Amino acid sequence: MQAGKPILYSYFRSSCSWRVRIALALKGIDHEMITINLIKDGGQQLAIIEYLEETRPTPRLLPQDPKKRASVRMISDLIASGIQPVQNLSILEQVGQEKQLTWAQNVITSGFTALEQILQSTAGRCCVGDEVSMADLCLVPQVANAERFKVDLTAYPTISRINKTLLSLEAFQVSHPCRQPDTPAELRA
Amino acid sequence: MTESGKPILYSYFRSSCSWRVRIALALKGIDHEMITINLIKDGGQQFSKEFQALNPMKQVPVLKIDGITIGQSLAIIEYLEETRPTPRLLPQDPKKRASVRMISDLIASGIQPVQNLSILEQVGQEKQLTWAQNVITSGFTALEQILQSTAGRCCVGDEVSMADLCLVPQVANAERFKVDLTAYPTISRINKTLLSLEAFQVSHPCRQPDTPAELRA
Repeated sequence: MQAGKPILYSYFRSSCSWRVRIALALKGIDHEMITINLIKDGGQQLAIIEYLEETRPTPRLLPQDPKKRASVRMISDLIASGIQPVQNLSILEQVGQEKQLTWAQNVITSGFTALEQILQSTAGRCCVGDEVSMADLCLVPQVANAERFKVDLTAYPTISRINKTLLSLEAFQVSHPCRQPDTPAELRA
Repeated sequence: MTESGKPILYSYFRSSCSWRVRIALALKGIDHEMITINLIKDGGQQFSKEFQALNPMKQVPVLKIDGITIGQSLAIIEYLEETRPTPRLLPQDPKKRASVRMISDLIASGIQPVQNLSILEQVGQEKQLTWAQNVITSGFTALEQILQSTAGRCCVGDEVSMADLCLVPQVANAERFKVDLTAYPTISRINKTLLSLEAFQVSHPCRQPDTPAELRA
């Protein structure tokens, strides 16, 4: 660790890694990346994002108001605990090839139906109001997962709209799975 | 909304996620009312229209407090921490806070959701036990290792934190699924220490309003 820069261990396709990549990009935190071929997803990326927020506070990833912070965390946890871990690589391997697609679709559909409802009361341009927050960092990678598993997103207009808005932002683009050091040639942007 | 204006916790005695919040409320001395939601009876009371309107995820715990409704146990606990800061459930130092959150996430994202009631029902009766055991064993092996560098009397140092609130209910789950805990001496030691504390006892599944008679302490 000669440079003393933060080192991110990342897998191009991991939605958890992508959340952290977005955070680092938004906060302009120079870092090194070590790519790993994913075996196990720890799901502890929200702890990393909260640490970045506390030690590099601008731009904000959590609103100041505690009630809005609660909304941001609730949405983030809904995705990071309620959806993603139940359809990650390791689980799908155990579910077996035959049932994988249906399993993943059910998990995501179930979670997105709940999320779409919650967003009715929290969303502005972003998941909570008009500022990008940790919830948005969780949303975009999960939508990408949904697309991979061919979930019909027309049932989730608010999720789709917010996803589209966020994908136009630079931090979400530079961190995108299709532009990583370990992105395979056939998936590269 | 109650006449008293007290917070309302929607809880199931056996839900490890509900237990986390019950401990937090006990530790912080927050007077509240409890509405119990039976996850099994009547096809699962969490699926009722009323409850779904309250929490679209159809899960417990849910806390109604200060005019808002919060789902997701860690989001609830962080809100309690920010609005009722004493006693602390997160250390002051950002690096120690990161350890607390990492351990909490490991349990709350990495273990519990993958062995909850809903998932086990999909896995099917035949495979349920092995599935749950594998999930917990895998997670506890990682956790035991992490605790080597973070633990004192508790998960992170010597003060009770959000990580401990996640640990104890997960150990209870492990016991229910007959996971051999001798492989996890640090987890076991911390669990034993915490279970002797009042907040962990009053909130215990065996002492809740909806605890069935045969499981009551």
